[in-house]
Amino acid sequence: MLLIPCPHCGPRNQEEFAYERTLDSVVRLNDAPELAIATLYARANPRGQEHEIWSHTCGQWLRLTRDRISHAIHSVEPL
Amino acid sequence: MRDAAGSIPFTFDGKAYAGQPGDTLAAALIANGVRLVARSFKLHRPRGIMGAGVEEPSALVTVGEGARAEPNARATDVFLYPGLVARSQNAWPSLAFDVGAVNSLAAALIPAGFYYKTFFGPPSRWMLYERFIRRAAGLGKPPQAPDPDHYGHRSAFCDVLVVGAGPAGLAAALTAVDAGKRVILIEQDAAPGGSLLRERVTIDGEPGVVWAANVADRIRAGGGRVLLRTTVSGYWDDNFLTAVERRVEPGQPAEGDAQVLWRVRAGEVVLATGTIERPLVFANNDLPGVMMAGAARALALRHGVAPGRRAVIATSHDEAYRTAFALADLGVEIVAILDSRTQASGPLVEAARARFVVHAGARPLRAIRRGIGLAGVDALIDGAKRRLLADCLAMSGGASPVLHLHRQAGGALEYDAARGGFLPGAGRQRHVSIGAAAGEHDLSAILTLARVVDPLGPGSPPAPGPLWHDEAPGKAFVDFQNDVTTLDLALAQREGYVSVEHTKRYTTLGMGTDQGKTGAMVALAQIADLRGVPLPDAGLTTFRPPYTPVTMGAFAGPMKGDHAAPIRRLPLAAAHDALGALWVPAGAWMRPRAYLAPDETVAQASLREARMVRASVGVVDVSSLAKFEIAGPDAVDLVAAVCATPVAKLAIGRGRYTVMLREDGMVMDDGTLWRLAEDRWLITSSTGGAARMARHLTYVADVLLGHPRAAVVDVGEHWAGLALAGPQAAAVLSGLTGAEAPAHMGLGDAVIAGVPVRVLAASYSGERAFEVHVPGHLARAVFDALVGAARGLGGGVYGLDAMDHLRVEKGHVVIGAEADGRVTPADLGLGGVLRKTGGYVGWQALQRPALVGPVGRRHLVGLTSVDHTPIAEGAMLVMREGEPPLGHVTTAAPRVAQDGAIALGLLTDGATRHGQIMLAWSPTRRSTVPVRVGPPLFYDAQGARYRD
Amino acid sequence: MGAGRYNALALLRGAITGHRHWGRAWRAAEPRGPYDVIIIGGGGHGLSTAYYLAKVHGIRRVAVVEKGYIGGGNTGRNTTIVRSNYRQAPLQSLFEYSLKLWHGLSDELNYNVMFSPRGALFLGHSDADMARLAERGDAMIANGLDADLIGRDEVARLVPLLDMSPDARWPIEGGLIQRRGGTARHDAVAWGFARAADSLGVDIIENCEVTGFLREGNRVTGVRTTRGDIAAGRTGICVAGNSGHVAGLAGIKLPIESHTLQAWVTEPVKPMIDTVVMSQTLHCYFSQSDKGGMVGGGDPDFFPSYAQRGAPIRLEDSIAQSIALAPALSRLRMVRSWAGVTDMSFDGSPIIDELPLDGLYLNGGWCYGGFKATPGSGSVYAHLLATGQSHPLAAPFYLNRFADGRTIDEVGSGPMPQSR
Repeated sequence: MLLIPCPHCGPRNQEEFAYERTLDSVVRLNDAPELAIATLYARANPRGQEHEIWSHTCGQWLRLTRDRISHAIHSVEPL
Repeated sequence: MRDAAGSIPFTFDGKAYAGQPGDTLAAALIANGVRLVARSFKLHRPRGIMGAGVEEPSALVTVGEGARAEPNARATDVFLYPGLVARSQNAWPSLAFDVGAVNSLAAALIPAGFYYKTFFGPPSRWMLYERFIRRAAGLGKPPQAPDPDHYGHRSAFCDVLVVGAGPAGLAAALTAVDAGKRVILIEQDAAPGGSLLRERVTIDGEPGVVWAANVADRIRAGGGRVLLRTTVSGYWDDNFLTAVERRVEPGQPAEGDAQVLWRVRAGEVVLATGTIERPLVFANNDLPGVMMAGAARALALRHGVAPGRRAVIATSHDEAYRTAFALADLGVEIVAILDSRTQASGPLVEAARARFVVHAGARPLRAIRRGIGLAGVDALIDGAKRRLLADCLAMSGGASPVLHLHRQAGGALEYDAARGGFLPGAGRQRHVSIGAAAGEHDLSAILTLARVVDPLGPGSPPAPGPLWHDEAPGKAFVDFQNDVTTLDLALAQREGYVSVEHTKRYTTLGMGTDQGKTGAMVALAQIADLRGVPLPDAGLTTFRPPYTPVTMGAFAGPMKGDHAAPIRRLPLAAAHDALGALWVPAGAWMRPRAYLAPDETVAQASLREARMVRASVGVVDVSSLAKFEIAGPDAVDLVAAVCATPVAKLAIGRGRYTVMLREDGMVMDDGTLWRLAEDRWLITSSTGGAARMARHLTYVADVLLGHPRAAVVDVGEHWAGLALAGPQAAAVLSGLTGAEAPAHMGLGDAVIAGVPVRVLAASYSGERAFEVHVPGHLARAVFDALVGAARGLGGGVYGLDAMDHLRVEKGHVVIGAEADGRVTPADLGLGGVLRKTGGYVGWQALQRPALVGPVGRRHLVGLTSVDHTPIAEGAMLVMREGEPPLGHVTTAAPRVAQDGAIALGLLTDGATRHGQIMLAWSPTRRSTVPVRVGPPLFYDAQGARYRD
Repeated sequence: MGAGRYNALALLRGAITGHRHWGRAWRAAEPRGPYDVIIIGGGGHGLSTAYYLAKVHGIRRVAVVEKGYIGGGNTGRNTTIVRSNYRQAPLQSLFEYSLKLWHGLSDELNYNVMFSPRGALFLGHSDADMARLAERGDAMIANGLDADLIGRDEVARLVPLLDMSPDARWPIEGGLIQRRGGTARHDAVAWGFARAADSLGVDIIENCEVTGFLREGNRVTGVRTTRGDIAAGRTGICVAGNSGHVAGLAGIKLPIESHTLQAWVTEPVKPMIDTVVMSQTLHCYFSQSDKGGMVGGGDPDFFPSYAQRGAPIRLEDSIAQSIALAPALSRLRMVRSWAGVTDMSFDGSPIIDELPLDGLYLNGGWCYGGFKATPGSGSVYAHLLATGQSHPLAAPFYLNRFADGRTIDEVGSGPMPQSR
């Protein structure tokens, strides 16, 4: 049960948060189609650290740097 | 000494007994001379009490009656209460004469994994055997009735969570309390003390048990929370632990919650979880009468119960010597102490030598059975086999620190060769192990601040028992519950199931309700020996939650019945009830499906309601629809990013149909978009998609657009929504507002029944229609006014089914049915409404090759039943029965405007098939209906009726 | 088979000789390349691929390299359900092909995998649910599968412990049952395929982790492992749960994320529920194992992880839902929970295809539904590795379908795995 430090609310239980996607998979509105599809469907999926986008129920979007094996959260910043 | 007569009546297998306060069921049974308690899982061997607590592998019984019966309760972990009813299990016709014991005779035929090697043939043949195997397997009888008990959930936070109220845990908790920390101390036993409950030591001048109770009181007095009869079962990420508090014993009725699941977030965790004693491995080491030395000591010192009359102590280290003194003090004859060490010395050993017969270099080879219990033991003494007569064999093959929580938390292990086992290494989270759990066996070293007086003196660290090499005939068990023997381990190695996980899974080692607490380490030593590798190289299986079995109801806690998931009710629920609404679930919502007249079916009522709308006017509650207001100078950018239809040119005070796409170009949702002001917009979208749309809007705003000057407010719950539809709708509206109704796709403010409302002129039914938005708490007056006025013109309320009939006739899609997450706007015939310039979410994905060309996609079509027979919703669209389907019926409905049956469907290349006759074929419902394919529009193709 | 054939007579012989005649079920092979084919991953899928390569295609210079012990990943962590009751035709066909193989698998392998077609029941909780179940059943039957839409009474007869009261939180209106579906003994599937493949000459190399690929230009010529380099003509990745990681060793990104899925088992009790019970409205499923434990699970943990451990909230949800359906489950006790790493693909369907490097292939993306595909997946993957051409049943599951717009989205939830 992760404890995620929301920059807005402080440390809160995992159940208040939702994973969205990796930071490198954000499809921009004006990306060309080929780039958009590549961005949407290709993930590094590392056994280790990854930059991710999460949301908190308070409405804040977060950039988490997180380890996918240890579950350690290295940094949290508001997006 | 204990009184002969007990004061607490209980029954076991129907026979009445009595025990004493503080007795476990196990202690009371032994005090009453009951030795045979259970039958083993596979071989149905007779089993008695082996352990003293949660680790008990053998003595599993069913406790309680009727709906409160609880199978597989450990007799050592149930405290007696008046009227306790216990029954043996896994035995037929009776515990003493169990037919299943024939398995024991056939044991040679059914070694580990035998079932993988036989029972071949078709699955039906295997299932024939399987029926018998399933009946033979299992332990207790399953519950049948709903659980009458209640279970609570509680959350807690603390600076320090101490697990285990033995001497180490008590001392740590007290220190933390004294340092001003918020402390929770959790103990699975009913009393604090841990090992002190079974030892005769004095601490600071008080008996150990009294000292423990006093320390617990001081912890409470200092603001700490002490939870007894509570087991920490799970250690999850980020120092989150779950613990289960038993407020009543198994089978005992509870006033409030029978159990409480604690969910604790702890700053630091101190694991003072103690040790679990290991058995010795020798032939027939499972006979009733063979028990753990520590358990025998606990029976004697905690409960005053003698486990037999003549006892042999067999051990590999000092600790078990204490058992000899404890039993002897109760009058038990100590036949001999068998110590497998060739050199045994030290104060404890010397004290024993002065009183008992002690054989060094001696060990049991085989327990001798008479009837169902132990009669003696063949032992190896001075290199020769000797038979000792005894009805109790108290054994100890060392002790294993309880590492379960440490391992669940991700802690490392360190191998300690002297102990033949593992000690806790570095933690991954914020936890530390102390006391016996950390390998400290000397009480004075644990309680450095207290004055410990141990009359027997300290012993040496617990060393492991000898390996077993089948020196005597008979089964030597390493997993008592699942009947796993040394022969099974050897077979697994021989057959290549070498990895300890393979050995476990092949032999079922450690897979019982005790999860190998007693036998795992001795089994591992045997496996390492068979493989010829050092013990740590043999590997260890994973420790998983829960530490001890947890009642399923405790996990669910209050989430049962209607609370299993929240039900959302409309603000006007009471008004609908007053009108006789039949409710239907729509996601989490309950919505009125229809308003049944006497003797009317749902179908009849819905068709009546739909025809009422076509003929005059109807009111339907659309409050559950999602509604979002978007406001600010950049609001238009956000709206344009989310909505795939033209946005910027929408005039103030006007609305239009819109569709929202996912990033893969598929339709995510649809609804209406309204421009309330230059910089203020309202989006309505589907009920089921409300949460998804709320998230999507903020994602687009904050992540894609980088915090535009626009606010998104989810106003879905602020406004009740009432749709008013029908040729008389405008008349009803203007009658109530005293103003002209807005033009189609126009909006305006008005007052109805004294309540200010917003009116949006949009039609879902194909008739002239309005959505009236009103603050939820003021909606009743408006609803009553609308319904009253409608009734005055021959109209009334209508429900979801009628709404569905009406929209099918108009070919409007529903998210989920037609927009099933696999269709593009073009598939739904909405290609023309998209913005040509892109720039909205999903536009790129629509350029993918398979989506650009029209061939092979499923298109929305209208289907008309050729012979007016109703079409089965979900039926396949085929040219002939049995052929591969070309599509399916997404929604079926009766025709409203005239007789007949129609449907919408998704059909491969459907746009090119208009005019074709196909079959709507539903083999599951044995229905085949010829249908004519056409455009998805059955009513008022010119759209004359909904315009003003 | 050094161990000799398995049958009742051999067991009888063992009863007399102390079972000393049984040999290893599979050899502890050492790497000895070059191989025609190396399969990375000794789970059920990898082992069945090796078996069918040797058995059907006659390719016997095959190695299966496994980083730990065989069957130690998702093969040994699932809830053992076998069924083919999908809605989308390509999935139906692939899983039905697998289901047919399941029905003859014990005999085929001479290893009892305890496949038990006790029926896989989807519950319907409303008229709308029943219509969707009927649609699924109609689609199945139209594609040659078996499905029965059953009413309340038959559901109650099949599973007497379900709460059939009309005011239940999720009332049960009926169900869709696939009677040929059921359960199997998950470990036995890995062991049975290993033993059968081994007997055909396949090398099963345990404790051998792939750390990289041998390359000649754009061609993969083998693998680097913790036990040395091993050369191969073709290399097949078959490591669902870790596909992203292993493909990453070749510099390839996939439309796959690894997520956690948990499951639980209760203490064993006498027979309680015969059928596999599932509810898609509720996201929970449970069945009773031959040992007597109720085995169940629910939603995944909804975020990427390789940790093989989950959060208690997910267990609480699936247990609460299971109890809502079968209230008597409440008094059973959970004895163990566990977690696996699932290969969540971006349309919910597997990927079976050659990768952008020559000689490198992928079989992965099985989400949380791979166990039931074990024999079928191995069979079609063996076809691809042997011939270089996709098996017709696997052809729709090509990698480029995402770029082409030919995704096979059973749930219709789009590209985000956590929405599935």
